[in-house]
Amino acid sequence: MATETPLSTQPSAPDDGVNQPRLGLRGWLRFAWRQLTSMRTALFLLLLLAVGAVPGSIWPQRGIDAARTADYIAQHPTLGPWLDRLGFFEVYASPWFAAIYLLLFISLVGCVLPRTRVHFRAMRSQPPRTPARLERLAAHDTVEVDGTPEEALAAAEAALRGKRFRVARHDDESVSSERGYLKETGNLVFHLALIFVIIGVAIGHLFGWKGDVIVPVGQGFANTLSRYDTFSPGPWVKPDDLSPFSLQLDRLDATFEESVTGRGQFGQPRDFTAHVTVTDEPGAAPRQKTVKVNHPLEMDGASAFLLGNGYAPVITVRDKDGNIVYRDATPFLAQDNNYKSVGAVKVTGATPQQLGFFGLFLPTAIISKESGPSSVFPDAKKPALALGLYEGELFPQGRPQSVYTLDTEKLTQIKNDKGTDVLRIWLEPGQTFELPGDRGSITFDSVERFAGLSIRSDPGKGLTLASALLALAGLIASLVIRRRRVFVRVSPGKVPGRTVVSVGGMAKDDDDTLAEAVEEILDAVKRRMGTPR
Amino acid sequence: MTNQALAQYANLSLYSAMAVFTLAMLGYATYLAGLVPHRGRERAAAGAREAALVGAGMPGGAIAGSGTTTEAASPAAGAVPDEVPDEVPARARKAAGVAGTLTWLGGFLLVASAVLRGLSVHRWPLGNMFEFAVVGAMFTVLAFSVWSTRRDLRWMGLFVIAPVLLTLGLAITVWYTEAAELLPSLKSYWLAIHVTVATLSVGLFAVGATAAGLYVAKDALQRAGKASVLDRFPPAKNIERLAYSLHIVAFPLWTFTLIAGAIWARQAWGSYWNWDPKEVWTFVIWVVYAAYLHARATSGWSRQSANYIALAGWACIIINYAVVNVFFVSQHSYSGL
Repeated sequence: MATETPLSTQPSAPDDGVNQPRLGLRGWLRFAWRQLTSMRTALFLLLLLAVGAVPGSIWPQRGIDAARTADYIAQHPTLGPWLDRLGFFEVYASPWFAAIYLLLFISLVGCVLPRTRVHFRAMRSQPPRTPARLERLAAHDTVEVDGTPEEALAAAEAALRGKRFRVARHDDESVSSERGYLKETGNLVFHLALIFVIIGVAIGHLFGWKGDVIVPVGQGFANTLSRYDTFSPGPWVKPDDLSPFSLQLDRLDATFEESVTGRGQFGQPRDFTAHVTVTDEPGAAPRQKTVKVNHPLEMDGASAFLLGNGYAPVITVRDKDGNIVYRDATPFLAQDNNYKSVGAVKVTGATPQQLGFFGLFLPTAIISKESGPSSVFPDAKKPALALGLYEGELFPQGRPQSVYTLDTEKLTQIKNDKGTDVLRIWLEPGQTFELPGDRGSITFDSVERFAGLSIRSDPGKGLTLASALLALAGLIASLVIRRRRVFVRVSPGKVPGRTVVSVGGMAKDDDDTLAEAVEEILDAVKRRMGTPR
Repeated sequence: MTNQALAQYANLSLYSAMAVFTLAMLGYATYLAGLVPHRGRERAAAGAREAALVGAGMPGGAIAGSGTTTEAASPAAGAVPDEVPDEVPARARKAAGVAGTLTWLGGFLLVASAVLRGLSVHRWPLGNMFEFAVVGAMFTVLAFSVWSTRRDLRWMGLFVIAPVLLTLGLAITVWYTEAAELLPSLKSYWLAIHVTVATLSVGLFAVGATAAGLYVAKDALQRAGKASVLDRFPPAKNIERLAYSLHIVAFPLWTFTLIAGAIWARQAWGSYWNWDPKEVWTFVIWVVYAAYLHARATSGWSRQSANYIALAGWACIIINYAVVNVFFVSQHSYSGL
């Protein structure tokens, strides 16, 4: 085609496009790399990272609160599944978020490594030659002093060295100097340290693990996989290698605000302290420890955090002959700030059919006409259980289920004696309720608390912290230190024995104290020469 | 535990501070008003001169209001010879001086309020939204006052004190929480470190955002060729540099806030980063201000666009405080509302 077109001086038609050189694969790769590592792209990716992080704060996240996420999707049948498909419920694990930060870090590496090389060379090189015309620099001033040019030059050099400039003399009549190399060093350290922050996060993700466990007072647990209610290991964690400690919960103290009655304060939690006995490994001497909010228990290879608490009423169920078929401190899960809690008692050993109690534990119970039974204070001032009873098969097909609720698919609710309404059981501590139809009895023995402990291990956290602090130090250096060059030239004055000293300064980026710095150098030269003009 | 009498004194101190700031605001407003008629006179004079030169037409249209025109035009306007270079009427200068002193006084009253509040509850006074607002306002005022000792910031006074007064008004009405003890998760010395540095940083960002906003406004008006009171402010370049110097102090402090918050989160919640909404927004703010610093250092970007990014960062801080605290489900739910 091209050969058939006659030569012409006419401008080509606009639809011919711009006449570009052919890039080829290598050329395109080089072009893409240049684009990716350019400051504009980095800036764009930074802003994109900020925008991309926001949805995770608006919508519930599966990794943080799976129940609330499921709830949200159920309540928004059209929007929910679409948001889910786009990863809006797992923003920080979504491919698009990962794409943003990975591109950003590739861009960062591509920008920082060449700059490190350049800076490394600059650090070992001499300041450049003095420009011919100092008066053209950003800051410039001249003074005449007593003394020979050699003396003036020596004084200038000493003054510059005193201000920690790196000094070079390329000729006999001038001094070149530069300072503030640490600014770029700080800048590079900051960016490189960010890479190590990410590496630390990755180590924590790959080799770290966490497990949550509910421990009623008086009970204990050993650090094995099966004992945890939930356990989330990193992909490279071997569950057999968990440190073999065991832990016994002796007491849990909880206090709540009772004296201040103002808005938003009455009934607020004030202190939770778990008193525990720790055994580092089977056979080791037990140690008495406390775990508080903000005061985790640090052990070898793991730390224990007190993240939750609640009530575990001790409940006994007997069959019609008075034999105990269930006795346990049964955790109830708090639903509001006053610890109105839901829970279930699953009596698998009951005959002829399994029994399931389901209902509320109320630490300070009242019954109101509008909202039924509820709690008005979080402490156990007047505890009560309000339960309903189900009968049938508790675990249909052995499906996993929550310990706090019943799967009522194969259960039927028991009615009261007259058959007019469902059976409602109201128990206060020490009370026993005889179940209708010779099903036995249920006793509310006492109130215990449980501790929600989280046991975690993050081998990357030390690296992350050290890198973050290093990044901070680098950042401060890069923002505070000023990189500037100062040149001094001397020439003989009109009167013999006098010398004209002229000083010029330039800065890498804008520098509002450059003129002052030039004046300081001049003043120092004058002082050293001992002749105010 | 809680000493309600001291808490009352803290509130009294806060009300006094608000009264003092109202007067300071009036002082700064008088100062700005003092700049305006001067410019009006000058405009008339310049207009007359122009009319004389060009003949009829376009009164005031060509006035760029740059510093050189001002100085050149003033003697022609027959102004009283004055040693003061900015040629502000004495009354306005006096008003600004009084306003400056009142700003210091108001700042100290806020310090007193925070200290009394802390004493009344035997803890660091940064436990709920009301207290964040008071201490944040305190740091804003102190940052402005301290910076004023280094350079002339009278032109900025109104634009700093008015938002501070608004914040304090919201704090005492909408966000007010009775003095009381802390939730267990807040009982840590990290509260004093993390939240104090965060509010200090926000105070500096506040003054920085004011400067950035004034720069953007002045630059835009100058480009449009419109005359305004902003012409009497320092050159746009200097305002921009002021904004930058405030931001580069605030940004490392915010970085420290982020790190200290992570250390505390690890102690309180078991993991140093949980993508909690408040953490997300702290991170977003950090990234946006990092983008501002990069934009300012990138030759392809104008100072104007860089400062828009700084203002976006400030918008994120406002959202982080006023929206995330109140409406988002978060482990940082300490608003006390």
